[in-house]
Amino acid sequence: MQVPAPFDYERATSVDHAIGLLERLGESARVVAGGHSLLPMMKLRLANFEYLIDINDLHSELGYIRAEGNEIRVGAMTRHRELLESDVLVEAFPIFRDAERVIADPVVRNRGTLGGSLCQADPSEDLSAVCTTLDASCVIQGSGGTRVVSMEDFYQGPYETAVGAAELLIEIRIPLRPGGSSAYEKVERRAGDWAVVSSGAAVWLQDGVISDARVGLAAVGPNTAGIPAISETLRGKTPTEELFAQAGALAAESCNPSTDMRGSIEYKRHLANELTQRALRRSVARINGQGV
Amino acid sequence: MQVSLTVNGEEVSEEIEGRLLLVHFLRDQLGLTGTHWGCDTSNCGACVVWMDGEPVKSCTVLAAMAGGRDVRTVEGLEQDGELDPVQQGFMECHGLQCGFCTPGMMMTARALLDRNPDPTEQEIREAISGQICRCTGYATIVRSIRWAATHESAVSIGSRP
Repeated sequence: MQVPAPFDYERATSVDHAIGLLERLGESARVVAGGHSLLPMMKLRLANFEYLIDINDLHSELGYIRAEGNEIRVGAMTRHRELLESDVLVEAFPIFRDAERVIADPVVRNRGTLGGSLCQADPSEDLSAVCTTLDASCVIQGSGGTRVVSMEDFYQGPYETAVGAAELLIEIRIPLRPGGSSAYEKVERRAGDWAVVSSGAAVWLQDGVISDARVGLAAVGPNTAGIPAISETLRGKTPTEELFAQAGALAAESCNPSTDMRGSIEYKRHLANELTQRALRRSVARINGQGV
Repeated sequence: MQVSLTVNGEEVSEEIEGRLLLVHFLRDQLGLTGTHWGCDTSNCGACVVWMDGEPVKSCTVLAAMAGGRDVRTVEGLEQDGELDPVQQGFMECHGLQCGFCTPGMMMTARALLDRNPDPTEQEIREAISGQICRCTGYATIVRSIRWAATHESAVSIGSRP
């Protein structure tokens, strides 16, 4: 039987309350949202805390997806299923629905949250790749107020983020830019598994020419990483198969996979290449109104 | 600590340890052994119950987290001696062999049919994709759920008292 080590359970009723508890209880406390990453780690005793602060009641405060000005704001407690089913989100960023369809399984998606996924900072986690691809930023709140960090600054290493011991990730902001679309491609060993490799792409076209493009990969390095070299190569060019092949080759070169039970380094580089091409191709097809 | 919640419409209040998982609370403390305890890693889905109307894997939810919530287990499917159409479907179409995955499968199936009364085979397969039948009896499970879809009569358990 897998059971976590003993801890005291607290339930937060608001963001301020949660931050107050974190300040009072210090580093021996951790917040739990959906719990589908944290509780398994605690059951295996890979993580032990004296206090667990349940923030599920904050769903009423932090469970939302809304367009505000030139960005979409998603509350950190928004659950996978809500992300999957959101028309606002899929219209602006179809990459979210692509990814959510292949994250864990429907029952797990009823519990897991966007904020929890990002804060877990697992190098294979799909939403981290999605948010990196979309150049999202993270709003982190502490007792002194809020601060906004880019995805690049959010990740500080495997399972490490910029969120301090007495802080809470409360919102993810994704810039809305006209003329773009996005897609996500993942290869997994079986339904619901972690990625062998995933690739997300976002492309913006102006008069048939790529004004900007971004690619984010998962499961091929210490943290999900955007690849600036791909953006530089694609900008100002007409989208063609040759260009996608160049981008794929760059993805394979720039990533840093390791051999494990999911595959060899060579296989993962092959996937990074192929999946990047597919995600770019699909993004461009979507901009051109081809429903794919 | 004390936890109070409703289970199959009845209020319960129990003294628990903070680390107690919902599956063990239901089975060991309340004696509701219909919910099965399988892989313990949120992979197999034998432990699926409803919390506030949505299927969850109870091996990965703390009993404390269920405080104040509405929990439904497989024992809540049958009403006044009448089987839920999902249960009837599993009987009619041989939806179980060893029966270990059955409670979780039926709870997920009931939730699916409440949201989508006429699911395709593909939609059923997606809905149960987080659940494992080690007898590999998926074809008959899907058939059982389809049977239930065409023989609906019962009121959803979520709207029962």
